[in-house]
Amino acid sequence: MSKVYIALQDNDESRYIIEAIEEDNPDATVIHQPAMIRIENENYLVVKRETVEEKMGRDWDVQELHLNLITLGGNVDEDDDQLSLSWNV
Amino acid sequence: MSVRAITPDYKVQARDRVENFHGNQIVYVAWDRHLMFCAPFAYALPPTMTFAELRDQVMPEAFGLHEEFAIINWEKATWLLDNQSFTPDLNQSLQAQGVGHKSVLRFQTPELTGFQGKAV
Amino acid sequence: MSAKKLNLKDKYRLLTRDLDWEYSYVDRKKAFPYEEFEGIKITDWSKWEDPFRLTMDAYWKYQAEKEKKLYAIFDAFAQNNGHLNVTDARYVNAIKIFLTGVSPLEYQAYQGYAHVGRQFGGAGARVACQMQSIDELRHVQTQIHAMSHYNKYFDGFQDWTHMHDRVWYLSVPKSFFDDARSAGPFEFLIAISFSFEYVLTNLLFVPFMSGAAHNGDMATCTFGFSAQSDEARHMTLGLEIIKFLLEQHEDNVPIVQKWIDKWFWRGTRLLSIVAMMMDYMLPNKVMSWKEAWEVYFEEAGGALFKDLARYGIRMPKFVEVTEKEKEHVSHQAWWIFYNYGHAAGFHTWIPSDEELDWLSEKYPDTFDKYYRPRWELAKKMEAEGKRFYSQALPQLCTTCQIPMGFTEMDDPTQIAYRSSDYEGEKYHFCSDGCKHIFDEEPEKYVQSWLPVHQIYQGNCGGASVEEVLRDYYKLNLGADNLDIKGSPDEQRWKEWKGVA
Repeated sequence: MSKVYIALQDNDESRYIIEAIEEDNPDATVIHQPAMIRIENENYLVVKRETVEEKMGRDWDVQELHLNLITLGGNVDEDDDQLSLSWNV
Repeated sequence: MSVRAITPDYKVQARDRVENFHGNQIVYVAWDRHLMFCAPFAYALPPTMTFAELRDQVMPEAFGLHEEFAIINWEKATWLLDNQSFTPDLNQSLQAQGVGHKSVLRFQTPELTGFQGKAV
Repeated sequence: MSAKKLNLKDKYRLLTRDLDWEYSYVDRKKAFPYEEFEGIKITDWSKWEDPFRLTMDAYWKYQAEKEKKLYAIFDAFAQNNGHLNVTDARYVNAIKIFLTGVSPLEYQAYQGYAHVGRQFGGAGARVACQMQSIDELRHVQTQIHAMSHYNKYFDGFQDWTHMHDRVWYLSVPKSFFDDARSAGPFEFLIAISFSFEYVLTNLLFVPFMSGAAHNGDMATCTFGFSAQSDEARHMTLGLEIIKFLLEQHEDNVPIVQKWIDKWFWRGTRLLSIVAMMMDYMLPNKVMSWKEAWEVYFEEAGGALFKDLARYGIRMPKFVEVTEKEKEHVSHQAWWIFYNYGHAAGFHTWIPSDEELDWLSEKYPDTFDKYYRPRWELAKKMEAEGKRFYSQALPQLCTTCQIPMGFTEMDDPTQIAYRSSDYEGEKYHFCSDGCKHIFDEEPEKYVQSWLPVHQIYQGNCGGASVEEVLRDYYKLNLGADNLDIKGSPDEQRWKEWKGVA
């Protein structure tokens, strides 16, 4: 098993995105570091538009993720509804 | 192996050929297990310089910062020239005894173990 | 009825592929003359896929938003005298290295992607390179703006482009990018998009920028993370490029592996400077270099190479050496700069007692045994009023151009010596990795512009080291260089803080 990860700037928008990720990936580990938040999970992690919108209380485009993204690891797949990270193992 | 170039028969001259050093050659000198000096020193020296001149006139400025340098017993020190065991002839020129362009000279002083005996 | 909004996939297809055209009156090979000489075989460019499916219209929209946020913070930083909030004046020296050593690489990347973007026959690849090229230009601009604030208050920031082209230790990053840009377009992508961006830049931008935040440097942290928001896209592209090349033709596999081996090692050597910035130059520590290496290379890189194994790709050559080097490189690199602090465009210093203890704790197997004694010697000499600087120029590695200060990893008190003979000339290297790179392409590295040899050839002005530093490098001697103790930087800092 390998870990995929995503790191976001620690700010007000990311807080909702993190909440959504935690809800959609119950096994993920959230690590707080100075000015950033790193979330990692075994093999797969998903960010779902619907959950983020629910947390933010507004429309949210998956591509808005780029504004707060710091880094990620894993094969990316993105469409209108979600962004996922995975390793093929 | 050789480089895969877009230019056919790609050939260039080496930048550090000896003729570019205005009559000097490059010689690297290092004191093994004395890491107060982070890296070997590079000197540009006339090939006709004697080994005695190198050891007694060139080397002390930099190596002399180490307190053990003044107490080296040169009779006991051993040398490597380009990784081969080497006995310098003090009165011969560098060139005459095989110290060439970009040669590495290393010396060892096993009885001097560096600051605190820690190879520093 | 309004037209149905296009979904991401359709929009991406329309705004990349459909922008391409057939070549009716020009020979395709003449239009893309660099596409074949490296031996890479492309059978179908349409398989090139950007997983983010970013199109130019969305790109401008999000980049504009990032810039607005970033410049608002720069304004606030300047208006609130942000330079007074950093942990101490020593910290700013890491930023001097960044401006003179890293920001010019962003500019090189901008030029590099603009060039290779022109050379690919596939429209998807061209669009991706165009975006990355613009990103890199944005990075260098934002970095100059952020650091211009420090230039008003600290020495060493004034002539960074000039310094990048000439100063001895800056030939390390400069030659790294010169090497990549003088390669073919596919090697450039493996070098920069994959090895550098995907495998290694996390180590520069993530823990170091988190460290900047932890040291009160709002400007650097912000430009760093803003750049990194683009890097995340570049990394993803790096991974897609490698998968694309490996899927196109099996003959590509050994060529790609060779480039991975080369650029992984080139990158680790370049990062030894970042290693010392993390361990020695951040007064408030986030994590040690060793820990950062474990998280961002061993764990993340390990997962990546496991994923690529299905294409027949293995871990980079000499990866086992880096497992040992993570215990040593930061200490050996900072010692090089401590030795040559009179010739550097930033200040150096002996770590404080607390910092020495932190290093012992983080490096229990190596620090007290091999490196603390070096600092004990430096402390003793400093206390006697004899802060020492090396009095002769160092031997440099022909490939990475770093002074030959790295040791044998199984015998850490012995400097590592490697050499090759090529056409009657001797060449010297710091490691098996650097020797291997030379031996693969000697025609390239016999041209290395080694600063020490250039000084001896008389190509750097003046007869004395002082003249080279002052007239050729344009260092303000006595201000930019030497120990932080007694420097104008330190004096001003004490005045601002009322401890003079």
